[in-house]
Amino acid sequence: MQRLTVPALLACLFGVLLWAAGTGALNVYWQSVLMFMGVNIILATSLNIINGNMGEFSCGHAGFMAVGAYVSSLLSVALFTKSQVFGEPLIGPSAAVWLFPLVLIAGALAASLVGLLVAIPSFKTRGDYLAIITIAAAYIVKSTIENIGAIGGARGFMGMSAVMSAMNETINLPWILIWVFVGTVFSVWLIRRFIYSTFGKGVDAICQDEIAAEIMSVNTDRVKLVAFMVSCGLAGLAGGLFAHILGYVNPGTFTILKSTEIMVMVYLGGMGSLSGSVLAAILMTLLIEYLRDAFGFLNTFLHYISVIPDSYEVTQVWKWVVIPLLLVLLMQFRPEGIMGRRELADVFPGLRKFYKFKG
Amino acid sequence: MALLDVKEMTQYFGGLCAVSEFTVALEQGQMAALIGPNGAGKTTVFNLVSGFYKPTRGEIIFDGQSIKGLKPHQVTSRGIARTFQNIRLWFEMTVLDNIRIAQHHALGYGLFDCFLRTPRYMRRERDIEDHAMEVLSRLGLAEVANELPKNLPYGVQRLVEIARALSIKPKLLMLDEPAAGLNSADVEGLIKLIGDIHRDYGIAIWMIEHQMDVVMSLCSWIKVIDFGATIAEGTPEAIQNNPDVIKAYLGDDTI
Repeated sequence: MQRLTVPALLACLFGVLLWAAGTGALNVYWQSVLMFMGVNIILATSLNIINGNMGEFSCGHAGFMAVGAYVSSLLSVALFTKSQVFGEPLIGPSAAVWLFPLVLIAGALAASLVGLLVAIPSFKTRGDYLAIITIAAAYIVKSTIENIGAIGGARGFMGMSAVMSAMNETINLPWILIWVFVGTVFSVWLIRRFIYSTFGKGVDAICQDEIAAEIMSVNTDRVKLVAFMVSCGLAGLAGGLFAHILGYVNPGTFTILKSTEIMVMVYLGGMGSLSGSVLAAILMTLLIEYLRDAFGFLNTFLHYISVIPDSYEVTQVWKWVVIPLLLVLLMQFRPEGIMGRRELADVFPGLRKFYKFKG
Repeated sequence: MALLDVKEMTQYFGGLCAVSEFTVALEQGQMAALIGPNGAGKTTVFNLVSGFYKPTRGEIIFDGQSIKGLKPHQVTSRGIARTFQNIRLWFEMTVLDNIRIAQHHALGYGLFDCFLRTPRYMRRERDIEDHAMEVLSRLGLAEVANELPKNLPYGVQRLVEIARALSIKPKLLMLDEPAAGLNSADVEGLIKLIGDIHRDYGIAIWMIEHQMDVVMSLCSWIKVIDFGATIAEGTPEAIQNNPDVIKAYLGDDTI
C-alpha cells in the first residue's frame, strides 16, 4: 500500500489529463498553463539542489535552460522536419514519436556539460563570488546563441511546432502534454533519489559545514560536480520541453529575469525542501496566470473610475513589479519560505501512512 | 615501524613560523598527547596532518605511505579521523545522518546506483545504516539517533562528534580538546570513554588537551610545544617535573 499510493495517484492524474485533453474538457489555454507548471516544477526542484541543499547562490539557471532548449530544438528540427536551416529531415517525421525523448535527453546532457562552466569554479569559489560566476555563465550562453546567425541569432529559432504536429499525425495524442508530465515526474523522482541517498546527503553536509564534510571523507569536489551537473541537466530538460511547448525559442526569454523567477519559486517554497519547491512552482504558475487576468481587470476598473489617464494602460509588465515585491515581503516576514527546510511529510505526519518518505 | 611518522614538519603563514621542525612517531595503538599554551600551534599540527594545509617543509608518513599534500578526504580514507576544537557537526541533520555521511570514503556505489536503487546501492545503504547504529549504540547514543544535534546538550554533541570520527574505522583518532567546555562529571565520563575506545578498538589516539587530569590519566607519552617549537617530550611524570614546561605554562620566575 505504502509503495503504491503515489504511483497510483500519478497514474490517475495522467489518465485524467489525457482524457480531459482528448475530449476537450481541458482547453488549450489550461493545457498550456499545466505544461508551464510542469516546466516550472522541474526548474524549481533542480535549482533547489544548488540554492537549497548546497546553499550556494546560482542565478544563472535560465542559461542552462537555454542550452537544453536550443540543443533539443535544433536536433528535433534537423532530425524530423524539413526546414530552412537544415533542409531535408535526417530521419523523417514518422520517427519523431519514438525518438523525441532522446532529443530531450540530448538537450539535458548538453546542459549538464555546460554546467561544468559553473561546477569547476565552485571547487574553489563560494558564496557571492560563485553567484557572479553563475550570472556570467548564463550571459555567455545567451550571448553565444544571439551571435550565431545560422540558428536565428537574436530573432530566435522556430520549427518545433512542425515536429509536434508530425508526432500527432503519427499517433493522435497530446504528445507534448505527455512528455511534460513524464519529464516532471522523472525529474522529481530523480532528485528525490539523489538527495536522500548517503551520497546526495553530502550536498547538505557541504551546505552546513564544508570543512567538516571534507574532513569526514566527503569528496567535496566530486559531490559539487555531480550536484551541479544533475541540476543543470534537469534545467536543460525543462528548457527542451519549454521550447517544444511554445514551438519557438528566443534567447531573450532566458535572461536574468527568468533565472530570478525560478529563484523566487525556490525561496518561496523553502530552501532545501523538495516538496516546497514543487508547491511553490505550482503556486507561482497560478499566480502569474491570475495576475494576467487581474491586471486586465484592474486596467478596466481604473479606467472606469477615471484615476488614470485614458492614454495609459496597466499592462502585464506590472507583473514584474508585483512578483519582486512579493519576494521582498517574503524575505521580510517568512524568510524560510512556505515549508522551511521541512518536507510535506514533516508538516503532515499523517501522510506517512500512505508513503514511505525517507530512504 | 611507526604508524604515524612526522619528520621535521615546518609551516609558515607568511613570515610567521607556526610550526617549526615538528617531529613525532606514534606507534600502533599508542595513546599520546600534544600540549602547550594557547597559540602554541597545536591545532596547526593537527590541521597539517589531516591535510588542511600542506606543510612548507617536512614529511608526513602514515602507515608506510607519504600523506603529505593529500586532500583532507583522502587522508581520512587512509585511516586518520579527527574531531574539532569547536564542535563541527552538521547541526541540521539527524545524528544518524551525521554518521552516515562520514561513510563517504566507503560508499561503494555511484550516482547511477542512487538513481536506479540497484541491489548494490540497497545493500550498501543498509550496511552503512547498520554500521552507524552500531557505533552509536557503542557510545550509548542509540536513542538520540533521530534527533538533530542542535537540540542536544553540549556534552552529547561532543560524543556524537567522537562517534562520527570512530565510524570511519580509523587507525589513528585525533581528538582536538575533547574535554573543552565539559563539566567535571562529563570529563570523568570522557576519560573512561576514551580509555574504553582505546582498549576495545585498539586504535592509536592522539589528543590535544588542556585539562591535565585527562592527559595524565590516559596518555603514555606527551609532547609539549610552545611558539611552534618542541620544548619537551616524554612520559607524564617526566613532563610534570620538566622546568621548561613549567616555565612555558606559568612564566619565568626571574624578574
